[in-house]
Amino acid sequence: MGDGGHLLTIIKILAPLSIASVGGAMGIYAPLEYQTVQVHGWVTAREFLDMLALTRFLPGPSSILGAVLAFKVAGFIGAIVAMLALYVPSSALCFAMSRIWVQSEGKAWHTAMKRGLTPIAAGLIMSGVLALFQLSGGKFLTGAVMVFAAGMLTWKKSLHPFPLLIAGASVFLAAWGVGLIQ
Amino acid sequence: MDQSPASVVKPAEEPVSLFAIYKVFTYIGLMSFGGGLIPWIQREIVTTRGWMKLEEFFPGVALSQVLPGVNSTNMSVFIGNRLRGLSGAAVALAGMLSAPFVVMMIAVSFYHYILVVKPIQIAMSGIAAAAIGMIMRTGVMAVQASLTNVLSVTIMVITFVAIGIFRLPLIWTVAVLVPLSIAASWPRGEKPPVSPSDKDDANG
Repeated sequence: MGDGGHLLTIIKILAPLSIASVGGAMGIYAPLEYQTVQVHGWVTAREFLDMLALTRFLPGPSSILGAVLAFKVAGFIGAIVAMLALYVPSSALCFAMSRIWVQSEGKAWHTAMKRGLTPIAAGLIMSGVLALFQLSGGKFLTGAVMVFAAGMLTWKKSLHPFPLLIAGASVFLAAWGVGLIQ
Repeated sequence: MDQSPASVVKPAEEPVSLFAIYKVFTYIGLMSFGGGLIPWIQREIVTTRGWMKLEEFFPGVALSQVLPGVNSTNMSVFIGNRLRGLSGAAVALAGMLSAPFVVMMIAVSFYHYILVVKPIQIAMSGIAAAAIGMIMRTGVMAVQASLTNVLSVTIMVITFVAIGIFRLPLIWTVAVLVPLSIAASWPRGEKPPVSPSDKDDANG
């Protein structure tokens, strides 16, 4: 079991997922689980789910899960290789697009894209709000904290979001303390 | 003191330093736990530093969601490239990923512990709820920016209904809607109000 072999496998598994993940990490969980649990046996199914849960707690993209799995099997070097495999291919593509975007400034289609993409962004962001709300269980408390945070940011534009996050955590802990949520 | 200091006071177009880019994206990457990434970028890049305008930020959001890859890394590449080209994009990407990478490497050593402590889970749910609120606020700003004409509003509503309500696959939905929306937004005849005014409205 040479480490070189592992590193190559890491690249072979993760690099295609870099490009395959359109619209968030949700789409890569299934192929990632198949490769790392069923085909290569890097981790057990249980470990996979635990690590997935972990990535949802911590900062960073959920697909960083790939690097965590690589760390398990090939240590720190494995994790670094995994990060490169996960993010360089998609970033290269995005860079190419960004370049075209900047170079086209002033042209008609740049203006068209600017105007045309804004309502798409609006629809996508609001869809994300809905999806995250439902994913969180769609509880009343979640909705209340969410609307409160949005309202505060609208009302006081200079407000730093960090106190809001702390407030959200505090409200939830208090509600848990008195048995409102489990 | 040199003479005529008044005529030379416009350092606005000075390029942003690579270190400044790295620093702000490390900060964004670290703060974005709970899921409120887009609002953090909007706050730090557009509102606080004025490195980019909203009218370019939102198209960037759409592009980074539509392109393969993770929104956050795509967004950092998009902004980094706008600020300093290839090196800017590389530095922004590295910044965006370095803090989460370090945190993750530390956390993976004792993840069993983190996952069983109930209060941590509860607190994280609360943070996530507030983060959704942050996203909602940015979403409302995007909605406001889209209220330009009937067509724009229609595209926005269709996008939301298709993706948000009916959960249609993103790739097919945008494959139809993006070209449609761009074609419909083409500045034909109506003389766009010299769009690249971003560059030099200083002496307007």
